[in-house]
Amino acid sequence: MTRELWKGNEAIAEAAVRAGLQAYFGYPITPQTEALEYMSWRLPDLGRVFLQAESELGAINMVYGAACAGARTMTTTSSPGTSLMMEGLSYIAGTEVPMVLVDVVRGGPGLGNIAPAQGDYNQIVHGGGHGDYHPIVLAPASIQEAVDIVYQTFDIAEKYRTIVIVMLDGSIGQMMEPAEMPPMQEVRKVWPAWSASSTQGKRERNVLTSIYLDPKDMEKTNLRLMKTWQQIEKNEIRYKEYFMDDAKFAVVGFGSAGRVALSAVRAARAEGIPVGLFRPISVNPFPKQQILALTDKMDGFFVVEMNSGMMLDDVLLASQGRIPVEFYGRMGGVMPFPDEILREIRRLHAEGWKAEGHPRDRWLAKLEQIINEE
Amino acid sequence: MATTNFENMQVIYQHPESLLDKNTHYCPGCTHGVAHRLVAEVLDEMNLRDKTIGVASVGCSVFAYNYFDFDFVEAPHGRAPAMATGVKRVHPDKIVLTYQGDGDLISIGTGEITHAAARGENITVIFINNANYGMTGGQMAPTTLPGQKTTSSPKGRDVEQAGYPIRTSEMLATLDGAGYIVRRSLHDPKHIRQAKKAIRMAFETQVRGLGFSMVELLSTCPTNWHLSPVEATHWLEENMLPFYPLDDFKVHPALKNLNF
Repeated sequence: MTRELWKGNEAIAEAAVRAGLQAYFGYPITPQTEALEYMSWRLPDLGRVFLQAESELGAINMVYGAACAGARTMTTTSSPGTSLMMEGLSYIAGTEVPMVLVDVVRGGPGLGNIAPAQGDYNQIVHGGGHGDYHPIVLAPASIQEAVDIVYQTFDIAEKYRTIVIVMLDGSIGQMMEPAEMPPMQEVRKVWPAWSASSTQGKRERNVLTSIYLDPKDMEKTNLRLMKTWQQIEKNEIRYKEYFMDDAKFAVVGFGSAGRVALSAVRAARAEGIPVGLFRPISVNPFPKQQILALTDKMDGFFVVEMNSGMMLDDVLLASQGRIPVEFYGRMGGVMPFPDEILREIRRLHAEGWKAEGHPRDRWLAKLEQIINEE
Repeated sequence: MATTNFENMQVIYQHPESLLDKNTHYCPGCTHGVAHRLVAEVLDEMNLRDKTIGVASVGCSVFAYNYFDFDFVEAPHGRAPAMATGVKRVHPDKIVLTYQGDGDLISIGTGEITHAAARGENITVIFINNANYGMTGGQMAPTTLPGQKTTSSPKGRDVEQAGYPIRTSEMLATLDGAGYIVRRSLHDPKHIRQAKKAIRMAFETQVRGLGFSMVELLSTCPTNWHLSPVEATHWLEENMLPFYPLDDFKVHPALKNLNF
């Protein structure tokens, strides 16, 4: 295979096609729309299902139906659309059917804007839909990584009969990079034994539902979901480390923020600052054990995000107060420049770590000035 | 003592195979049971049970899958037509039906049903119109008649404040994607027989790939109407029939010569 120049949204669409995607349902929303457009010709050309829904509510429930029917199915959307899909995601989680969602995250809250952001972290990682459930959430930092992850998501979703969400910052969806496509998988020809695909007179009927009117039955389902989640926490942790071997402190960032931070870390290394980068790829399950283990070796964590510190809370929990944590973020669709992160790395290296107060408060105290000076 | 000779007797009426032999949770006198039975009889007669996938909705019929004996999924409130779309697009050779009440179908699910009809989604919708939200205890629905008392319109539906009821079949029949849309009633045996013919026609529409099919069934809700089952059938006849006329609103030309 050769490396080709791909636009992020189209690349993840093609990766899903090659992973044996059978049915796609979506709705136009920037900065995701190219994925919908790509699917609109690619899937019919291959004799597979494409349908533009009347809304994100329609799209997610079409996916719900197709997932129950036994198909490899997915949708793509962006933040306001993800909000609308939360209802369906909760039902899909409760019904224990596999599906894939790609959320190309933009600035918010509200209509916000169409610039890259990471403000969907809380609604995706820490819920959004009602009830006790945990989707797998993966956050790639490049188009190649997005392609590789999307290609594997269906197998992961089916293994656990769960939701897999790929959280792409708008920047990854919109930019172009060289990427190598994985080989085309054959579309599955047999419907899963549990699927609502009609009995054909050969088996007992299948009923797929998320309603358990007796709380005891619901709790048993909750327990099963949590046991599955424990397995996922054991098996599906993904992260990448850069310059960590001899690092004295670590920047922690996912997706585009992690990628921008890498430029800053490289520049800091060139100046002799012993800093590394820890980039979670699975933000759910979160690499808690790895973060905790790092507290033995690091003087502190410097969390960088394109939101108000949503993953910061997870890093604080995981590090259990053993070492200081500092935070820097930009919000609302503003991407940090490597220089902004480098400035903070230099400061931490020169001044050391402060422990008093909350890292979010320390960051907010200086953000206004930073915004005003730009 | 008189003896009866069973040997030469013919079975002319029996429990439909598409319906499980169990008691339902529906209130005494509610016509959901009749509607279930008609759907099951039609699927039996057309020999479709083994290839049918049902989509239940939210409302009193949320547990429809407990009574029908074929594959079933249970949709979020109002979303059954979208879910059915997902199922049908994946299984175009199977029979897909939704079973929805009026609150589900034409209040919270107005977008989903309208676009399923507009797309000519090749599914069959059984639409139960009993002029109120049954499961939550008799609140005002989009189908509640002007002046009708419910728990959320205690002085009677005031159209100045709450607006007017929606005539769903008439509205959806304006869409080109609709292949078969009719309204029938379940208040007496004659109308029940007509309802069964319509349900047959709706599934024939789907089998023939003629687009979206829907049978609206005027139904009783004795519990929330605070009437006896018999009084409820009279109330339906006297109040619902004038507002919701029984008619064929859309019949695909290819269906016109079919007869059962």
